[in-house]
Amino acid sequence: MQARWRFALAVAVLAALMTGPFVLTAVMVWADTPAETRSALHLLADRWLPLGVLTTLAGFAVGIALLGRLFRHYVQGLLRMAEGLDVLRRANSGFRVPEEGPREVVSLAQAINRLADDRDRLLAELDARVSEARRAVEEERNRLAALMAQLAEAVIVCNAEGRIILYNEAARRLERAFGTSATAASGWIGLGRSIHALLDPDLVAYVFDALEARRGGGEAHPQLQVVTATPAGSLIRVRVSPIAGEAAGEEISGYVLMLEDVTEQIEREAARNELLFELTEGNRAAIANIRLAAEMLHLPDVDEAMRARFHAVIAREVEAVSERLEAASRAFADALRARWPLEPMRGADLVRAAAAYLQRRLEVALKLEILDEELWFDADHFSLLQALAFLAGRLVEDYGVRTLRLRLSGDERLVYLDLMWSGGSLSNEIVTGWELEPLSLGGTRSPLTLREVLERHGAAMWFDREKARHRAFVRLALPRKQSVRLPPAAAPTMPPLEEGRPEFYDFDLFAWSDKAGALEDRPLTELSYTVFDTETTGLDPTGGDEIIQIGATRIVNGRLLKHESFEQLIDPRRPLDPASIAVHHITPEMLEGHPTIAEVLPAFHRFAHDTVLVAHNAAFDMRFLQLKEEKLRIRFDQPVLDTLLLAAFLLPNQEHSLEALALYFGVRVFGRHTALGDALVTAEIFLKMIPLLAEKGVITLRQAREASQQTYYARLRY
Amino acid sequence: MAKKVLVVDGDENIVIALDFLLRRAGYEVAVARDGEEALSLTDSFAPDLILLETVLPKMDGFELCRRLRQDPRHAGRKILFLTARGRDIDRAKGLALGADGYLTKPFSTRELLEHMERLLAPGAA
Repeated sequence: MQARWRFALAVAVLAALMTGPFVLTAVMVWADTPAETRSALHLLADRWLPLGVLTTLAGFAVGIALLGRLFRHYVQGLLRMAEGLDVLRRANSGFRVPEEGPREVVSLAQAINRLADDRDRLLAELDARVSEARRAVEEERNRLAALMAQLAEAVIVCNAEGRIILYNEAARRLERAFGTSATAASGWIGLGRSIHALLDPDLVAYVFDALEARRGGGEAHPQLQVVTATPAGSLIRVRVSPIAGEAAGEEISGYVLMLEDVTEQIEREAARNELLFELTEGNRAAIANIRLAAEMLHLPDVDEAMRARFHAVIAREVEAVSERLEAASRAFADALRARWPLEPMRGADLVRAAAAYLQRRLEVALKLEILDEELWFDADHFSLLQALAFLAGRLVEDYGVRTLRLRLSGDERLVYLDLMWSGGSLSNEIVTGWELEPLSLGGTRSPLTLREVLERHGAAMWFDREKARHRAFVRLALPRKQSVRLPPAAAPTMPPLEEGRPEFYDFDLFAWSDKAGALEDRPLTELSYTVFDTETTGLDPTGGDEIIQIGATRIVNGRLLKHESFEQLIDPRRPLDPASIAVHHITPEMLEGHPTIAEVLPAFHRFAHDTVLVAHNAAFDMRFLQLKEEKLRIRFDQPVLDTLLLAAFLLPNQEHSLEALALYFGVRVFGRHTALGDALVTAEIFLKMIPLLAEKGVITLRQAREASQQTYYARLRY
Repeated sequence: MAKKVLVVDGDENIVIALDFLLRRAGYEVAVARDGEEALSLTDSFAPDLILLETVLPKMDGFELCRRLRQDPRHAGRKILFLTARGRDIDRAKGLALGADGYLTKPFSTRELLEHMERLLAPGAA
């Protein structure tokens, strides 16, 4: 029962005890009086009873006022003090219980504050010793940080499930190659984020599986390289190595990804290849003509006219060859040597990987026929895999093939990958048509065409038939490579580190698992949050008010990641309410040239992907977001927590404005009433609330949402 | 009776020489400058052997070879690629599409004539 009701009950009981005996006596006197005397009593009562009742009521009023004062000073004062104590103990050690109220309460408050002072002194001493001990570790960590930051190559470390544990500055710069949006915000790379946002999940799964298989096969430090295209059209080379102990059987705990934008390199390389082709293949015809003409000139029966023609042929062709040579040497002079990222690969490995890949994606019975285990060629694994998958997809989907045989064979110079089926015929015309289509299978789609993949591999493709066995096949032929020994790659080694504080890495995340139960039942301390705030043209979203600024920051693994923040002004395409300008100080001029909500909200949506949303008075901000959902075809369907409701649950006797809570929790406030400023304050307050919530038995997200529901504010609709 | 040879090549310089060379060697010669012309000449001229470049305007040599091999009327005609495409991949593809031989430019006249004689010899497979 609440203190207020207990007080009311006590007053009622007291009133009953005080007036009860008097009323009882009066009733008994009345009952015992003979009828003739009663009229005399009646007379007396009529005259004196009103006065008696009035004085009693006055007495009660004075008594209740006195008791109420005592209640406020002692009972409520103590309750406030108890809430303050929780804050002091768990959230804000600088907080002191206000020394106000009657003498006894004040002296209790003073005693508590003295105790708090003593504790702070002790804690300070302890901290000094801990930080002394930690300094050595810090130094080592900072060296790693400096090293990582200076690496020109973008590095991302993720755990076995693809959650980012570490990234460097170069990786953040590379992010631009992925973005298509005009907004400053990113949201691809961040601690705890999945690399699936960055790289095709199929590609990631393929690479991880392949590395795991190679480790299983006894390779201690396998490495794999793939090239992938970003939505913005850049080509990114990704080299991946697993992180695991030396022992062969040891499980892979994560992966190191080195990324490089190779778009330019590849373009240069393509130009160089073309040049080379022009020089070799392009000159064949010319030299043939010269040779032929020269041989003709030796013949005795060539007449003068013919002879002149052959001379002219030689002159023309020699000139053409010279021009080609000249152009080539000019182009070569400044061309940098770029490496086309093809890696030697064993055909049998590709065929087996392809079989697994196809089986997952197509409803088809698949048989393998590997005629030679030691056939090698240079390949970009994934694009070749996609090419095979695409062909198989066409055969299954367009021609209803139900059983496919994947055959690997080769001769001295070529390796053949055949997709075979029984009966049904096809023509080279159709196969040639396929070459020009972008590779796609199911939902996945590559920007490359089959022809580009073939050219990249120096490969050719045609349709053929084994008449005797009534089988048809599409054949991919690749230049064969003599068998190769791969040099062992250097193992990435990580210096031993304690809990990391620089914001670009957090090795605790190695142990993170997405499979640890439903989001609702996971502890608040383990979740990732996007804490955000908006500034708007006014307070009426349904009446047409619009968002003019979104600010957001992230909390991952209990840490505020300030430098992974999101801040964007938005042109609302409508006038601003002067009253709102007084609050946020954003003027119409400041919004000119900024993107509209249609560009910014999708970027924010990506930024908030896979996290719990947190805001102060979230109902207000969410309303603005939700009104845009349909038009922009995005949905903010993640769970939402509101620090206003949580504060009402935790501290029912305090004020719950953001300012009051900041003061209460000792959060320093910078730039209030900018969206990012408020989001950062909200985030810090939220972090301080988590241990207080835990003390009240609110551990999981579900419990936090239930606690919010109970509060008074939650019952009010916005 | 003289054997008939159809030269399919878009390059005037080689056509001049091949025409002279083959006539001199006793063949009856026709010339097609692109794939489509080659198809119609195959019908009207009925060559015993077709010398085929892969790089052609309108329809490439591989495609032309495929079409010729699909048509039972041309079953008996020999097809010899004489091309500037020298990669192993191209040779394999050309032969897979049903050509009887594959010669890469540059070539010697002797090499070419011998190859043609072998293909046109009575009883040649």
